Amino acid sequence: MAGGTAISGARAGLIALLSPAYLWLTAAIFLPLSAMLFFSLVTELPFGGAEWAFTLENYRAFFETPTYATLLWKSVRLGLIVTVVCLLVGFPCAYVLAKAIRGRAREALFLLVILPFWSNSLVRIFSWAIVLRGNGVLDLGLNALLPFEVDVSLMFTTHAIVIGLVHSYLPYVILTSYLALQAIDDNLIDAARSMGAGKPTILWRLVLPLSLPGLVAGAVLIFVPVVGAFMEPRILGGRVGTYYGTVIEDQFVAVYNWPLGAALSFILLAVVLFILAVASPMLKRAQA
Amino acid sequence: MLARLGKVWLGLILVFLYAPILVMAAMSFNASPYYQLPFEFTVEWYEKLSENRGILRAAARSVGIAMVTTVIATVLGTAASLALFRYEFRGKAVLRVLLFPPIAIPWLITGTAMLVFFFGIGLGRGTPAVIVGHVALALPYVIVVVTARLATFDPTLEEAARVLGAGGWTVTRRVTLPWIAPGIIAGALFAFAISFDQFVVSYFLSEPGDSTLPVVIYTAIRKGFTPEINAVSTLIIVVSMAVMLVAARFSNFGGER
Repeated sequence: MAGGTAISGARAGLIALLSPAYLWLTAAIFLPLSAMLFFSLVTELPFGGAEWAFTLENYRAFFETPTYATLLWKSVRLGLIVTVVCLLVGFPCAYVLAKAIRGRAREALFLLVILPFWSNSLVRIFSWAIVLRGNGVLDLGLNALLPFEVDVSLMFTTHAIVIGLVHSYLPYVILTSYLALQAIDDNLIDAARSMGAGKPTILWRLVLPLSLPGLVAGAVLIFVPVVGAFMEPRILGGRVGTYYGTVIEDQFVAVYNWPLGAALSFILLAVVLFILAVASPMLKRAQA
Repeated sequence: MLARLGKVWLGLILVFLYAPILVMAAMSFNASPYYQLPFEFTVEWYEKLSENRGILRAAARSVGIAMVTTVIATVLGTAASLALFRYEFRGKAVLRVLLFPPIAIPWLITGTAMLVFFFGIGLGRGTPAVIVGHVALALPYVIVVVTARLATFDPTLEEAARVLGAGGWTVTRRVTLPWIAPGIIAGALFAFAISFDQFVVSYFLSEPGDSTLPVVIYTAIRKGFTPEINAVSTLIIVVSMAVMLVAARFSNFGGER
């Protein structure tokens, strides 16, 4: 009997501690996502006594209007470009941090690399607008240094968007690669070297395979938000900055076609979940 | 040779990461409203900022929302971490996985989903809706950070206290909480930073004319920007970097996130 009360007491404690957090997540994340699926399947928002009916029209709009599919592809391509650039730039940097620098210097440099990532992303994109605009700092600086006149107005180009997004997400890939690289035993590398493996062999056959989970984790963490980016293309892209994310933004803040916006959001969510599912075996290995 | 090249690379990346921020900060002290060089020092833009009621109100609202979010997310998150640490039960793995969606799903999707749902249930837009959203985004981070700290806690200490006659709440308050306090402080600072810097979800959930600082800045940038925006942006960067430096001291910065 006494054991029974102890167990039910423990159960009550468990529920009391756990339920507030998870109820909150349910009300603010999981129910909204489910509701969005519902809203994507109706003709009109069922508020204020409006007439509404179930329809697949919003999804048909996606498949029949090539604009949306084209923009989704444009966003996916942007995601791929930014991810690849971040990997190429970030991995060597993580390698240097993890293997070539020791002690307090490493800690300080690591913190310095990660810090901007925790500051306001909007403000950092704005700072690039100051640097890249025509007659901006980059323009003036280069013309002051170079003997000939150059015109680098990168602002309102795809390059500007890529630069801004790489700046925003580079710390992700440095962080995840660094953690994976740190887990590689230096003795393993020494052993390979003493058995005659050259630097390229060690990199290809040892370091890269062992740090692959970290690279995949970083790639996913970059690719997913970039596909849904809208603020960065708006500020840095101007007229060329129309992407899938900006179209969704428009449905909610300018056009007020919420059912279509919900359907477009849901299609994006499907793409995101597909990518997470493909990457998840790799991510599980990264966690282990 | 290669190692030196690597260090140069690292240096270049640091320049890439910090140069635009420093340029933005410098321009907030430059006299020309059109960002013209040569540089001429002034604090005019900060003075203008201190008279700009719209931005000041938005800043006050942002700080208020961040503080409320911090308190709620830290309390709920710490409680949930304790439960996940102390009890073995079916479905625990699922609950851990459920922390992932708020982090992994793009904020554009979460934000728009919250907007339609909150309208559906009559909460609508405005500060309460923003707080509900921010807490949900911050909770998983608090749980991850506090759980990481709990992993270093020896559960036999709780048992010992219980054997010596301490009740459940006393054990938590006198034994467990003091040990994980650095984790809780770090989690709270993370929550503050997430809320204070949050743009996307605030953008969809706040009422026009009643929005947070990042939303006001976004609107201003799209209208055409002024050094005043540089000034307020510089202040924001300083605040959030300071918060994160303190958080890094309290958590080991092993790389949650």
